[in-house]
Amino acid sequence: MNLSPRLLINAALLIFLAVLPFLTDWAGDSFYTGLVARILILAIAALSLNLLIGYGGMVSFGHAAFIGVGAYVVGIGAFHAFEDGIDWMLNGYIQLVIALLGSAFIALIIGAISLRTRGVYFIMITMAFSQMLYFTAVGVETYGADDGLSIYSRSDMLGLIDLNDEKSLYYLIFVSLLVVLYLMHRLVGSAFGNVIRGSKSNEARMRAIGFSPYKYRLTAFVIAGAIAGYAGFLMANLNDFVSPDVMHWTRSGDLIIMILLGGMASLFGPLYGALAFLMLEEILSSIPLTIGGLRVGEYWQLIFGPLLILIVLYARNGVDSFLPGARKNT
Amino acid sequence: MNWLLLLEQILNGFQLGLLLFLLAAGLTLVFGIMDMVNLAHGSLYMMGAYFCATFTGWTGSFLIGALLTLPAVFLLGVVVEIIALRTLYARDHLDQVMATFGLILFFNEATRLIWGPIGLVIPLPEFLNQTVEIIPGAPYPAFRLAIILVGFLVAGLLYLIVSRTKLGMLIRAGASNRDMIGALGINIRLLFTLVFGLGAALAGLAGLMAGPILSVEIGMGESILILTLVVIVIGGIGSIKGAFIAAILIGLIDTVGRSFLPEILDLVLPSQTAATAAPAISSMMIYLLMALVLAIKPQGLFPPKGVGR
Repeated sequence: MNLSPRLLINAALLIFLAVLPFLTDWAGDSFYTGLVARILILAIAALSLNLLIGYGGMVSFGHAAFIGVGAYVVGIGAFHAFEDGIDWMLNGYIQLVIALLGSAFIALIIGAISLRTRGVYFIMITMAFSQMLYFTAVGVETYGADDGLSIYSRSDMLGLIDLNDEKSLYYLIFVSLLVVLYLMHRLVGSAFGNVIRGSKSNEARMRAIGFSPYKYRLTAFVIAGAIAGYAGFLMANLNDFVSPDVMHWTRSGDLIIMILLGGMASLFGPLYGALAFLMLEEILSSIPLTIGGLRVGEYWQLIFGPLLILIVLYARNGVDSFLPGARKNT
Repeated sequence: MNWLLLLEQILNGFQLGLLLFLLAAGLTLVFGIMDMVNLAHGSLYMMGAYFCATFTGWTGSFLIGALLTLPAVFLLGVVVEIIALRTLYARDHLDQVMATFGLILFFNEATRLIWGPIGLVIPLPEFLNQTVEIIPGAPYPAFRLAIILVGFLVAGLLYLIVSRTKLGMLIRAGASNRDMIGALGINIRLLFTLVFGLGAALAGLAGLMAGPILSVEIGMGESILILTLVVIVIGGIGSIKGAFIAAILIGLIDTVGRSFLPEILDLVLPSQTAATAAPAISSMMIYLLMALVLAIKPQGLFPPKGVGR
């Protein structure tokens, strides 16, 4: 195994993330552990979406819907455990299985229909489906409708991990990220991954050598949906709250921005992208500069919007292209 | 069933449908001719409403305000096209989606900075701010009626421009083969800029007409943008005829559905279930329709001929 500079930077990032809770303990400010935990969850979701966008060329604009499915499983479970005393619904393992199967199943339905279309139509139909789920969540009064659901008790992992302990939750999220990174690494390098990537660059040739891209794409769509559902499971536990807003189409847009910021078709890209996205939000919104009585930070999107355009126009591969050993012309 | 209510809702459906058509026409042209996804189209609609509110405030007349708004939004569209969008035509859709998403953020924040976070009101002149009895026993707001009239008028005008004039010929040629008209010596850049400006002015017109009945506020562009995207995808991207039919369809289904679905569901479901399910299902209906259309015809109802995608 040769240790390229890029590998060292990635490893350094992971080590930093691994020791972060102790650093913030030492600094006496645990705010950043929560912020980074949120970033890592979004990174998990962005990693799964990147399997579709970066490797598969399927620009899904409704990925946040699956996060919502996972998050609502936790929220609804906690709701019934709290209101009706149904204890098994608080069981984290049962919630996890339902979150994974539920988001995979919904991804199967959405993917089966959407993957018949191409290009702009695919972007739009995936967005339409996510809006359907969004409006479903908005419409169900029992589970809080617009206002969302407060989660009074986090998933009960039966003593194996205590999710109420912020540090344990952080490490569950961190280890999940490592697992998803490894999974993506294996998946993209496998024969399956080759078919997915091949279908992106030349579908006709893929067909000519005997592969039907539809089945492979659908499988990738379901895998990505299930991982996003898992991210939703983590997010509900971290926030103690779930609302339809997690499924809104602009949340799906945020995920795509992360992939773009980090660099597509690179394993670590979405992680860098999620970090860059939320750090930019934190930094830009706390600019202390005041012009004519207006605090610039309050209008941070005024800077972020054009920045996004500039990144799209001139830094096509995002953070990834600034790391040593970047591939050119991808 | 209440027939007067149904009639009124059908009129409302047409009114929403024609507003959607004004937006969809510009968007589908930009999509069809330049192969460009423009999420910021809703922002131009919002700017139309804000400009009109400001100009109406200055001049004291809604009509003069509206007349000033149209060239202003046209110019804004041209400027946005030249500064930001021109370089994006050659890029893939993902880049366009992201860059125009950035534009939305910019416009929303700029609007908050200039006009403040609280929404504005566009006051209507006396003759529009009353009701007329087109059907005996059912008074209908004159302004909504005016929207329907203007909508049909613009739709007709657009049809004439596209099918009878030289500009229209170039637009149709561009929609079916944009490389070819470039090779024939047409100044495509100018054509694109003009079409974009025209689309912006139509969006501004929709915005200034929607302003008095909805409300002039930040984010008003996004909710209608999604509806507009649904319209052009159902209609077939690049087809003005498709956009018109789909817009009316969506307008009718959305308005009539919202007011009558509870009654219909009540017939088939227990009333408790119907009452909870109706609001969710009625806001989902248009998305269901879109999924259905795309599942059967992946290119929409009226795919323009010769578009190789």
